[in-house]
Amino acid sequence: MRAEFFIKSFCRIENGQVMFNGNTIFTTESEIFSNFSKETYRHFEISYPKFFKMDNLSKLAFLAAEIILKNENLDADKNNIALVFSNRASSLDTDRKHQKSIENSGSIFPSPAVFVYTLPNICLGEISIRHRLYSENSFFIFEKFNAEHLQLYAHNLLRTKKAEKVLCGWVEFDGDDYKAFLYLVEKNAEIPHTVQKIESLYYNE
Amino acid sequence: MSDLKQELKAKIIEQLNLEDVTISEIDDNDSLFGDGLGLDSIDALELIVMLDKDYGIRLSDPKEGKKIFESVQVMADYIEANRTK
Repeated sequence: MRAEFFIKSFCRIENGQVMFNGNTIFTTESEIFSNFSKETYRHFEISYPKFFKMDNLSKLAFLAAEIILKNENLDADKNNIALVFSNRASSLDTDRKHQKSIENSGSIFPSPAVFVYTLPNICLGEISIRHRLYSENSFFIFEKFNAEHLQLYAHNLLRTKKAEKVLCGWVEFDGDDYKAFLYLVEKNAEIPHTVQKIESLYYNE
Repeated sequence: MSDLKQELKAKIIEQLNLEDVTISEIDDNDSLFGDGLGLDSIDALELIVMLDKDYGIRLSDPKEGKKIFESVQVMADYIEANRTK
């Protein structure tokens, strides 16, 4: 039986490497994410100064979304691509930075620019602004990667015509560890959007 | 005064993460917001925190920032006149 929805493209970013549809398209020796993200930004000739003001989670999500959506010939005004993201650590990396700025009672100077990123779903807003997505978006926190939930939620959005396409996946940033795995689901493509296939792409099997 | 203006330019670039902007590219009278450096409302809040943290100036009304942050020159004049550290 033919599947109802399909994965059109997917991107994985981890360990200093950017992969698109299973092929490595950029790699660097930089072990520190701040250097890696900057090199990736420059390599793909992205021009979006706001990128440098984002927190690490948003930078990671932004880069993965950029790789996928730049090939989509998006409308200049409005696009209906829903975002369904997930991770385990929420915005913990930025939460820790904020915590550090308020833990010393003699010197409390929290940064507004850090504070605004103390929610994981802010990265969805950054991507929506960048690509003019006037669409549904949700960010879920799970103990581990949950392919069943992503499939169910994306199919519901597509079946009820709340979205024409759905950009789904996992964007995790915690300490020195980072991993983004995003993929685009739509009606007409090649890879069946099944739990088994989502997991095999996520685990790079 | 000149040192303070240089110091402010360096702080603005570093604290507001203005990638690809150098001190020499910021004129003393350039607008910090709008068509100038293009700073936004979060940047304005960040500058208010910087005034408090580095110069001991606490703004009671954030709207005051609109005038104070007009340019590096205006900021430097205001800091010189009101700094407590």
